[in-house]
Amino acid sequence: MTISDLKQTAPDSVKSKINWARMEEADNFAKTVKLFRQGKYDEASFRRFRLQHGAYGTRMTGDYAMVRIKLPAGEIYPDQIEKISQLSEQYSIGSAHFSTRENIQLHWVILEDVSEIFRGLAEVGLTSREACGNSVRNVMCSPLSGVCPDEEFDSTPYALATARFFLRNPMAQNLPRKFKFNFTCCEKHGMVRMVDVGLIPQIREMDGSTQRGFKIFLGGGLGNKSFVGHQLEEFTPEEDLLYTSIAVMRIFDRLGDRKNLARNRMRYLVNDMGWEKFQNLVLKERAIVRATQSVITRLNVDHSPNEIKRPVRISDESGSDIIPDGYARWLKTNTVKQTQLDYRSVFLTLEAGDITASQLHALADIIRNFSSEGKGRSGFEQNIVLRYVHEDDLPRLYSKLLEVGLAKSGALTMTAPIGCSGTTSCNLALTNSHRLAKEIQRKFLELKLDEDVDLTDSSIKISGCPNSCGQHGIATIGFFGGGARVGKDMYANYQMLLGGRSDGDTMLGQICLRVPAKRVIPVILKIIETFKQNKKSNDTLKSWIHRIVNGNEDSTIKSIVDIKKILEPIIVPPTIDDDPDFYLDYGSDTSYHTKTGKGECAA
Amino acid sequence: MDSTKITTDVDSLRSEIRDKSVRVIDVRREDDYKQDHIPTAVNLPLAHLLSDDSPERVLKLVNSMGIDDETPVVVYDDTFGALASRVAWTLEYLGHSNVTLLETTYSNWKSIGLESDSVIPEIRNKEHSLKLQPDILATSDYLESAKTRDDVILIDNRERLNFLEQHIPGAISLPYRTLATTDKILRSKDDMKRLLENRGVTGDSEIITYCGSVGTLSGLAYYALKSVGLPNAKLYVRSFKEWKNLQKPTEKQEDASYWDLSAE
Ligand code: SF4
Repeated sequence: MTISDLKQTAPDSVKSKINWARMEEADNFAKTVKLFRQGKYDEASFRRFRLQHGAYGTRMTGDYAMVRIKLPAGEIYPDQIEKISQLSEQYSIGSAHFSTRENIQLHWVILEDVSEIFRGLAEVGLTSREACGNSVRNVMCSPLSGVCPDEEFDSTPYALATARFFLRNPMAQNLPRKFKFNFTCCEKHGMVRMVDVGLIPQIREMDGSTQRGFKIFLGGGLGNKSFVGHQLEEFTPEEDLLYTSIAVMRIFDRLGDRKNLARNRMRYLVNDMGWEKFQNLVLKERAIVRATQSVITRLNVDHSPNEIKRPVRISDESGSDIIPDGYARWLKTNTVKQTQLDYRSVFLTLEAGDITASQLHALADIIRNFSSEGKGRSGFEQNIVLRYVHEDDLPRLYSKLLEVGLAKSGALTMTAPIGCSGTTSCNLALTNSHRLAKEIQRKFLELKLDEDVDLTDSSIKISGCPNSCGQHGIATIGFFGGGARVGKDMYANYQMLLGGRSDGDTMLGQICLRVPAKRVIPVILKIIETFKQNKKSNDTLKSWIHRIVNGNEDSTIKSIVDIKKILEPIIVPPTIDDDPDFYLDYGSDTSYHTKTGKGECAA
Repeated sequence: MDSTKITTDVDSLRSEIRDKSVRVIDVRREDDYKQDHIPTAVNLPLAHLLSDDSPERVLKLVNSMGIDDETPVVVYDDTFGALASRVAWTLEYLGHSNVTLLETTYSNWKSIGLESDSVIPEIRNKEHSLKLQPDILATSDYLESAKTRDDVILIDNRERLNFLEQHIPGAISLPYRTLATTDKILRSKDDMKRLLENRGVTGDSEIITYCGSVGTLSGLAYYALKSVGLPNAKLYVRSFKEWKNLQKPTEKQEDASYWDLSAE
C-alpha cells in the first residue's frame, strides 16, 4: 500500500439489504456434529442435515467438508468478500472457489469447524443453507442484469425475491431432488434452457399500457443425461411468477421420482410424462395456487433503485497516465459496455474459479474504489463481475488488478475454460478436470488466443466425470473425464463433445472422440488449425462447428466423423516407456487409477 | 500474577510503561526496531535468540535486558503474535512466570495512533535465577512415546494444505490463523473455548502443539490453549522440521489433488 492510498478517504461500503443468515443455525450445526460423532445420529440423517446446511462431503474422507456459500442473484458486497477471505485462511486452504452457479466454496474444511464458518457468514448476512441437498439451490441471475443493452428490464429484484421466498420455506425442504432457478437478462446471456426453471424478462404492450413478465422455460438441465427446457407459454405476467414457481414445485414434489437417485431431477419427470401433459398440469396447478394462495403469498420484490455513486478520489496519484502493458488486450477481452452511458462491466477471470485470500482482500477494496454500485456480482463462468466502472477509471482499475494478479485477459473468450473440482476434492471424480482447465488457460493465454476474434464466442468446459458440474454439454468444445488403459497401465481420458451451446439456439454437444488428458491441448489446437484452413470469411469457430454438427457444412470437413479422422493420429497412446508422463494425470506424480467414493456432486 | 492472564491489553501496557513497572520486548528485526518501537521497549530479534537458545545463553540475554524473577515482561511482534509467543515461551521455560503477550501487533498499535519512538533505553543488568520448566517442553522422543497414550492431543498449527500433504500421524489440524481475530492476536476466551471444544480439545488431556520449524505458530497455539485455562499444554519446539530430519513416520491425505484447488 502506498502512502497516497492511505490519504485517500475510503469510500463508504455498501452493505447487503438482505440478511440471509440465522446465527442459531451455527450452534445447531455444531451440536449435531457432536451427536453424530458420538454415534447418536445415524449416518443417513446426518448427511441429509449436513447437505441442507450447505456442507458437502469431500473426496475419500469423512473428516472434511466443503462449505458452499450462496450468493443469491450473484450479488456480493465488500464486507462479505473480506469475511470470506478471512474464513478461507482460518478454516480452508487459503483460497476460495467461485462456482458456476454463483456460489463460493470453501474446500477441505474440518467438519467440526463448519459451524464456525456459519458464524462468520452470519456476521455479514450470508448463508450456505440449502446450497446442497434436495432444496431450492442458489437462485441465479445474469451478472449483466440491470446493465445489459439487450434486456427489457432488470430481473435481479425478482431473483432476490424468489430466493427469499423459498429459503427455509417448508415446502422446499424435502423435494425429490435439487431444484434450480436461473434468471437472466436476455437470450444471449442465457442459461435459461438448461435448468429446472429458467426466466427471461419480457415486456408486453397491452391496451396501450406495458406489462412486465417473463418467458419461462421448464425441465431443462445438464447431467449424466441432459435436456433442453420447454417454454411454458408466450408470456407469464409478473403477478404469476410466484404462482408458477409454486405450481411447478408442487407437481415435482408430488410426482417426482424419490427412489431412483439417477433419474429424479425434474427433467426426467417432464421427459417421461411428455411436455404437453406436464405443461397442462402446471397450468392447472397454477390456477389452483392462484385461487388458494393469492391473499397471503406473494413475492416481496424490492424495486428501490440501487444508488449509483462514482467513488470520489481526492487525487489521482500513482501516475495514472502511464497505461500499463496489456491494457488494450484486457479492455477488449474482459469488459463490456453497459446500457448506462460511460459505464462498463469488467469481468475478472480466475483460474478455474480459484482466488486466494489476499486477492479477495484486495478485491473488496477495489470494488469500493471502482464500482459505482459498490458491490460485485459473480458470473456463470466461475468469474467475478465489477459493474458500473466509469470509462475514465478503467486504466487505473487495470493497474490495481494487475498488482494483485487479477488482470488476466480473455475473461470473455474461449481462453477462460470452466473446470469442475474434479479430483481436487470431489468424491465422484475420475480426472483432475480442475487442473486441466488451468493448464488450458495458461497455454492459450501464452499463445494469445484470447486476441483471436474468431475464437471469442466459443467456450471450453470440463467435467471430471459424466456428471455435468463442469457443464461440458453446452460448450463449443466440452470434455468429461474417465479412465482408459493400455494393457495394465491406466491413463486419464476425456470424452470430447462438440457444438454445445446455451443461448437462444441451445443444444447439447455431440460426442466426437475420447482424448487422453495429456493430448487435450494439442487436440484443441488441431481443431483450431483445421477451422482456420476451412473457415468462410465471416466464420467464428463456433459458427463453423455448428454448421458441421448440424450437417450444413459443404467444405471438405462435413461432419464430426471428418473431424475425428483428423484428430485420431494425435490421440494414439505412446508406450509407457516412451512417454511415462502420458500416464500421469495433471497435477499428479503417481500412476493414474480411478477411485471414487459416494457422490454428492459438487462443481 | 493471574495464571490465566496470557495477553496484556493496550491500555494496561501504556499505564505500566508510564509507571516504569514493566519490561517490554520487541522481537522484530533490529532495523525495524531502530526505526521506531513502543516506548521503553528493548529489542530481542527472534533470530538472535534462536541462534543459540541454550538455557545458559538465554539467561545471559534475559539478564542483559534487565529482567529478574519479579520483572513483569510484555512481548510484542508484527507477525500476529507468533514470534512474540516463541520468545515468551522461552522465558517461561527458563523459569520466568510473569510474561504476557501484547494483545495486538505493532502495526495495529501504530495504526490506532498510539505512541512510539526510536529511543534505545539504557538497561542495567539484573540477575535472573535458572529454574527450567521441562513440563512445557516436548522433545521428539517425548512426543513419540506420548503419542501412544490416548489422553494426548497433538495439534498441527501449519496451514491446511501443508497439513494435508504431510503431518505427524495422529495430529489434528488447527491452522494458526484460526486463533486470531482481525485485530487481536488471540480470540476472546469464549470464542476460543467454543472453537477448541468443537474440536474436542478440552479437559485434562495433555496437549502438544507443533508447526513447521521453530515453534512460532505453535507457540501462539500454546498460549491460545493457556488462555482458556487448559492446564497441560506443551510445545514441540523443534517441530516438523526436526521430525522429518529424524525420518520419523509421517502421514498424508491420499487420493486427492488438493494443491490444484489453491490459487497460489
Ligand atoms: S461429480 Fe461433478 S464436480 Fe465431481 S467430478 Fe463429476 S462433474 Fe466434476
